[in-house]
Amino acid sequence: MSRSNFTRRGLLKTGAVAGTTFALPTIFTSRAANAFTNEPTGSSVTFGFNVPQTGAYAEEGMDELRAQQLAVEHLNGIGDGGMLSTFSSKVLTGAGLLGKEVKFVSGDTQTKADIARGTAQSMIQKDGVIMITGGSSSAEAIAVQGLCQEAGVIFMAGLTHSNDTTGKDRKANGFRHFFNAYMSGVALTPVLQKVYGSDRRAYHLTADYTWGWTQEASIAASTEAIGWQTVQKVMTPVGAGDFSSYLAPVLNSGADVLILNHYGADMVNSLTQAVQFGLRDKQVNGKNFEIVVPLYSELMAAGAGENIKGVYGSMNWNWQLQDAGTKAFVKSFGEKYGFPPSNAAQTCYAQIMLYADAVTRANSFNPCAVAEALEGFEFDGLGNGPTLYRKDDHQCFKDVLVMKGAEAPTSQYDNLEIVEITPVAQVTYAPDHPMFAGGALGDCNPGA
Amino acid sequence: MFGLDRKDTVFMLIVVVIALSAPILLNPWPAASQMAQFNAGYPDLMQRFVVYGIFAIGFNILFGLTGYLSFGHAAFLGVGSYAAVWMFKLLSMNIIPAILLSMVVAGLFALVIGYVSLRRSGIYFSILTLAFAQMSFNMAYSVLTPLTNGETGLQLALDDPRILDAANTTNSLPVTNLFGAEMRSSVTWNVGGWSFDFSVGYYVCAVIMLIAFYTSVRIFRSPFGMMLRAVKSNQQRLNYTGINSRPYTLAAFVISGMYAGLAGGLLAAMDPLAGAERMQWTASGEVVLMTILGGAGTLIGPFLGAGFIKYCENIFSKINDQILHQWFALLPDWLENTLVTVLHPFIGKGWHLTLGLIFMLVVVFLPGGLVEGWNRITGLFRRKPKAKPSATTEPAE
Repeated sequence: MSRSNFTRRGLLKTGAVAGTTFALPTIFTSRAANAFTNEPTGSSVTFGFNVPQTGAYAEEGMDELRAQQLAVEHLNGIGDGGMLSTFSSKVLTGAGLLGKEVKFVSGDTQTKADIARGTAQSMIQKDGVIMITGGSSSAEAIAVQGLCQEAGVIFMAGLTHSNDTTGKDRKANGFRHFFNAYMSGVALTPVLQKVYGSDRRAYHLTADYTWGWTQEASIAASTEAIGWQTVQKVMTPVGAGDFSSYLAPVLNSGADVLILNHYGADMVNSLTQAVQFGLRDKQVNGKNFEIVVPLYSELMAAGAGENIKGVYGSMNWNWQLQDAGTKAFVKSFGEKYGFPPSNAAQTCYAQIMLYADAVTRANSFNPCAVAEALEGFEFDGLGNGPTLYRKDDHQCFKDVLVMKGAEAPTSQYDNLEIVEITPVAQVTYAPDHPMFAGGALGDCNPGA
Repeated sequence: MFGLDRKDTVFMLIVVVIALSAPILLNPWPAASQMAQFNAGYPDLMQRFVVYGIFAIGFNILFGLTGYLSFGHAAFLGVGSYAAVWMFKLLSMNIIPAILLSMVVAGLFALVIGYVSLRRSGIYFSILTLAFAQMSFNMAYSVLTPLTNGETGLQLALDDPRILDAANTTNSLPVTNLFGAEMRSSVTWNVGGWSFDFSVGYYVCAVIMLIAFYTSVRIFRSPFGMMLRAVKSNQQRLNYTGINSRPYTLAAFVISGMYAGLAGGLLAAMDPLAGAERMQWTASGEVVLMTILGGAGTLIGPFLGAGFIKYCENIFSKINDQILHQWFALLPDWLENTLVTVLHPFIGKGWHLTLGLIFMLVVVFLPGGLVEGWNRITGLFRRKPKAKPSATTEPAE
């Protein structure tokens, strides 16, 4: 029967069978059943924790993941509940979320925007997550925020300090609790003026991506406003490892302040190498040469060790604060992991609590309902004092900490000390401030 | 059929069937079961399989046939992505112009790089291509920031011109489409406990991959392909016979660059974002790994290698300690904890380690890659051919 001859009857039969086969799947499709992307239907709801576990910002990413796991435990009523008891909104009881158990998936973004977008995509498509939190690099956060907007899930940004996250690249489905580069600049500058005077020449080394650019612009603008001169701005690649070729020209440039717009392992390396070059022992223009690290973190401070003594920077939060929320969080984090949390951990924890709270108040997982509940929300008790989630750009406004490398640390965890708590009024700006202009939230997208 | 002999036709048909039914084949476990962790049948990963498959098939035309090991192929992928995203920003959200331009740009780029690099062979060629790729990467990262948006990656914005499309009246970003069929739209088929996703994006990629694969089969079987093999076996002898091999190698280089550009364009078409990391040397190394892991010089090998690596990257990297504890929950506590501790370095962020081990095992025990493994297994079940009378050919005098 190897000979095949086409007959009209044969063709019709084959056509009918093939047609039925291809049409069959449409019987089972359930396309319009969901009101929004990944509507949870079972007994559980899944969060996606998309953080770098390898690459230049891995340390921060791992600490974020610890806090995220802790937050999920507290939402499900395991452990001591942490900041649930101090949070000003009391709708969360530790019995899951709208009667569903909270589960999570995690992914490694490798500190690369492209990869982060891929892992987020698989969380949405494969694991059916309803909310993604993470970032550590603003490039990642912006890429993932864009994806969440397109796919119709909520993005609760973790550690991202670039102005663009809630400025040029703001999205209706994205929310940021962390502070930003502009706030660092306006909080840090008065302190710098007090200790270093207003006649200084600054040299910037800047991580070459969105965060570095906006931080450099913010710090340069606010220091120039008090009379400092900016000698030069030099871009360095992220994850460079060796910064000696960038540090050598600093000495001959006539600058007397080095501003390191670096973060994570990059900052540890550049600061350590700057100190090894003997920059801090130099006298330039009759003044002591100084180094400033505008964005600090405990993990970087621990990595840089001795070298951070007396170096100024800013932070979103620190475990040494004395309010009830901070104490509760530090206690439960410390009991679980054996060391105090970083400010990256705190912002992720707070973001998950804020999301859960908004879901409960809106009584829905629909991203648009949740976004509405978050917009203009005022709260307290999450460690930063009274805070507002501004409706215009989805940015939180709260006090900013100015920090200094401790001169005499008693343990490896208190190597930073709080110099000043800059009140929220001083760091607030208009939503259309030039450094944040050019973006639009667009409309909330529920997907499906 | 279609200019293929019977064996190739059957082979091609098998590939077509597998590609079209992949959403079902890759989801063998019910959605609610523990094993669902290992399902790969979701649109994003399937698209990656196919797109990186195209990339590796193209790479194999150069490496598998001529033996020229390019260590900078990711540059063409990256250039293709940037070209495609710019098309989405300026011209239209339709993927056709974007994909065409990405191939053209990558082809021109390959022509320039190939013209210079192919003056040398062997290790010098590899280093030259690597240098060019790193140069492109660093330029995309720093000097060309206005064009590439640096590390942040090139993305769409609400106020892009998109001159061919109707004015965007909604307040949200438009979606890439093929004459109106949106790439991200998909149909879910729930049958029993299983759930299968059929997405437009995947089928567009799959069809393009089949065309690319067919083209590669034709190239392998053509006189041109024979000439490329001759270059691999002994380029000097070829030159002594009076044949100028440079045009052939350059053509192979440009074709494989265009394949990479096509892959880059498709990546951008599925998810309109282009990052400089796509051009980094690790990405160039990855396609070499894919090709060798699957079997260099074979038709289907590179595709298998690409699928294997992308599967590891997306599935192993997402297994965390919690999931391990769930798997071993039935065991006594001490055994559970020991097992989790032992497996911990190999999962999550340690997936590179797992991949490295597998790659080592393959290279040591299966030098011909996964294809050789498959041939050995099928060889076990096939009847041994009777000892041929003249199994050893006498060398020509």
